[in-house]
Amino acid sequence: MSHDIGAGSLLSGNNAKLRKRHFAELRLKAYGITAIAVAGLALFWLLGSVLIQASGAITETYVTIPVELEAKRIDPDGTGDPKIILRGSFDKLTKDALKAHFPTVTGRSEKRALYDVVSGGASFELAEMVAENPALIGQTIDYRFLASDVADLYLKGDFGDLEMLDISGKLTIDLDGDDARITSDAADFSRVLAEVNERLRTDAKRLRRQAARQNNAVSVYQARVNAAVTEEAKTKAQAQLDGAIDKRDALLAEADALETRASAEATTDSATEVLDEGNRSVFIHVDSGWLKLTALTADGAEGKVMVPPNGAINATSDWEFLMTDLPETSRKVTDTQVIALEELKSEGAVDHVFNWRFFTSSDSREPELAGIRGAAAGSFWTMLVTFLLAFPIGVSAAIYLEEFAPKNKFTDFLEVNINNLAAVPSIIFGLLGLSVFLGVFGVPRSAPLAGGIVLALMTLPTIIIAARAAIKAVPPSIREAALGVGASKVQTSTHHVLPLAMPGILTGTIIGMAQALGETAPLIMIGMVAFIVDVPGGITDSASVLPVQVFRWSDFPERAFEAKTGAAICVLLLFLVVMNALAIFLRRRFERRW
Amino acid sequence: MYDTSDTLRDTTMTDIKFSAKNVDVFYGDNHAIKGIDVEIEDKTVTAFIGPSGCGKSTFLRCLNRMNDTIDICRVTGEILLDGEDIYDPKVDPVQLRQKVGMVFQKPNPFPKSIYDNVAYGPRIHGLARNKAELDEIVEKSLRRAAIWDEVKDRLNAPGTGLSGGQQQRLCIARAIATAPEVLLMDEPCSALDPIATSQVEDLIDELRTNFSVVIVTHSMQQAARVSQKTAFFHLGDLVEFGDTQQIFENPQDPKTESYISGRIG
Repeated sequence: MSHDIGAGSLLSGNNAKLRKRHFAELRLKAYGITAIAVAGLALFWLLGSVLIQASGAITETYVTIPVELEAKRIDPDGTGDPKIILRGSFDKLTKDALKAHFPTVTGRSEKRALYDVVSGGASFELAEMVAENPALIGQTIDYRFLASDVADLYLKGDFGDLEMLDISGKLTIDLDGDDARITSDAADFSRVLAEVNERLRTDAKRLRRQAARQNNAVSVYQARVNAAVTEEAKTKAQAQLDGAIDKRDALLAEADALETRASAEATTDSATEVLDEGNRSVFIHVDSGWLKLTALTADGAEGKVMVPPNGAINATSDWEFLMTDLPETSRKVTDTQVIALEELKSEGAVDHVFNWRFFTSSDSREPELAGIRGAAAGSFWTMLVTFLLAFPIGVSAAIYLEEFAPKNKFTDFLEVNINNLAAVPSIIFGLLGLSVFLGVFGVPRSAPLAGGIVLALMTLPTIIIAARAAIKAVPPSIREAALGVGASKVQTSTHHVLPLAMPGILTGTIIGMAQALGETAPLIMIGMVAFIVDVPGGITDSASVLPVQVFRWSDFPERAFEAKTGAAICVLLLFLVVMNALAIFLRRRFERRW
Repeated sequence: MYDTSDTLRDTTMTDIKFSAKNVDVFYGDNHAIKGIDVEIEDKTVTAFIGPSGCGKSTFLRCLNRMNDTIDICRVTGEILLDGEDIYDPKVDPVQLRQKVGMVFQKPNPFPKSIYDNVAYGPRIHGLARNKAELDEIVEKSLRRAAIWDEVKDRLNAPGTGLSGGQQQRLCIARAIATAPEVLLMDEPCSALDPIATSQVEDLIDELRTNFSVVIVTHSMQQAARVSQKTAFFHLGDLVEFGDTQQIFENPQDPKTESYISGRIG
């Protein structure tokens, strides 16, 4: 016999062909598992990163500061009329309250930094509270001001915590106005020196990089010198070469000098090492006072008083030595704000509460005031319009094409075009909406109506294709049965085919709607990217939608919008989950009917 | 069990229900039925037999214009029901199908309750004025389809949950619920086991008292058992048509004889 299969026993199992087939099966299985694992990991990663990013927006921060509600600033005539009260200068009152609470903050920029600890919207909320309760006028109350975005981020540790440096010696401070001469009887400033040295080394590295660039120039000029044909050109190139060499050598010498200084021995012996805003800020907290180090010398440090201590500091061992995580230039929160917030924290005047505001307010340029409600309502109205247009039209088109239309060239042409329509970039639909619906029919700009129409166009092919597939999947025997008992075509379609196809149609519709929900590009064309503060109350109000809100927030420079963006993405995902749950619920309902 | 000589007596006193004259059916370029003339009597079971693809099902579906649903299908010639041309443009196929019910090869109950399956036809045709009348029609139809006793306690259970034979009898009940005059059956027992087949055959025999029944069947034994008239189709031609007894005992055409004796088909 020529064929080898079947020659061996079934139990031998060591046939090469058999082993190959088993291996192929295993391999296929392994590919599948790998693909699923990669997809799962990617999803996990995505969700994880979004959630971590969003975690910063879970709570909002309030700082409690006493504020004197001066009658002359709010309601000088004592009318008690809410309209007049609301026009009172609460902004000034807020600033006065901050100034009164931190009397040691002087200087224009420091004061401005201090005012930025509370949100710009806090004074409006204070005004509303007073308008509701005019009896408060004239009193001094402890008011919970909403913290600004930077204060919120700092208090949540976003700019790093203040690091406690080890202390071993007794501290003595000689005050001379705002300047202070700080000494310790032990070598307490070594960490600060290390910080200074690190900075010097960083600078040296930067200089060396510049030197390396100069070196490139040197080789270019050298080549020119070698290639020069005329004496004149040669002289000129030589001059350039010499200049480049000089610059390079100067940079290298400077870098060397910095590195020499950075070594510990050199520093202790040298004169003053300055701590500037490029260095991490170093504070001394002693006896309710705050000092900021400005320079280091061999036997101590120089500093600036930010909050004066209660008394003279002479050889006390009860002091704190603190260093920020980042230099002042690398963080949004200034040293003045850091000290103010640390003070508030130690007073117990800081509290974090769940960020309901995010769900109840609309967009704002102030991150701490911005919320998702406007965009969520916009998405809701837009989806409503999309559904009301796309679902009936899509399903009707699918029924007509599947059940009634004759099969001819024209319907083939229609089918090809519907399939093509599904592949049209969504921004094209936006252009169509802009020129036709906005331009010709005068649909209001930025309105959910316009957005809904455009997204309905985008969703239609998806719904039609899914609905046709679902209708096609209904067994022909059901149609025959209905026609056989004398049902008309319309009765057959509506009584039998459509209910049976409904789960599939709904799935397709939800997929299309989910796609539309996440769509940004076409809405840009019809003006739904505008900054809209009001919550839309209907389909003709100006509105934004969730993905557009995500897109806009992700583009804002304020760091606090990062967390808001993450949170907005979570809300968008939640919308999708709700829609999918609805789809499953509807499917179950329709399926239970039989 | 089935005595054909006994049933022969009835055929003499019946009148013509369907009269087909020179019927041709085309599926696109395919000439499926070639100039058929046949007369189907009332209160009689007429069986169409023949090998696969011979056109017997196609012709059956011409009788209630189910072929209309196929775009490429074209019917020429004349089919008269009680003297009226059913292919006249004035005839509404939906009305025709109410008069000419159909039972299909595979049991195809609607995915609804047993009650709704039967009640659907009367409902859309407005045969019942109220719930009580509808209940009566449903019960009567289920009784005549010999399935009432099996389902009377679970009328709200889904029709698709019944066994194959029960489903087919439910489909017959559904077909007769619209009070048709003719019942077309397209191989109604081909998907059933022998016991269910014999139940359905008994039923067909009973239905003869009220309806004209046309049955397409692959099984010559079945044709012999249930029909009084038999038509033998071959490759789109009606080869022979006559009393069942005569067809089976004394076929006139050699092709019929070959088929009956198992040499072709």
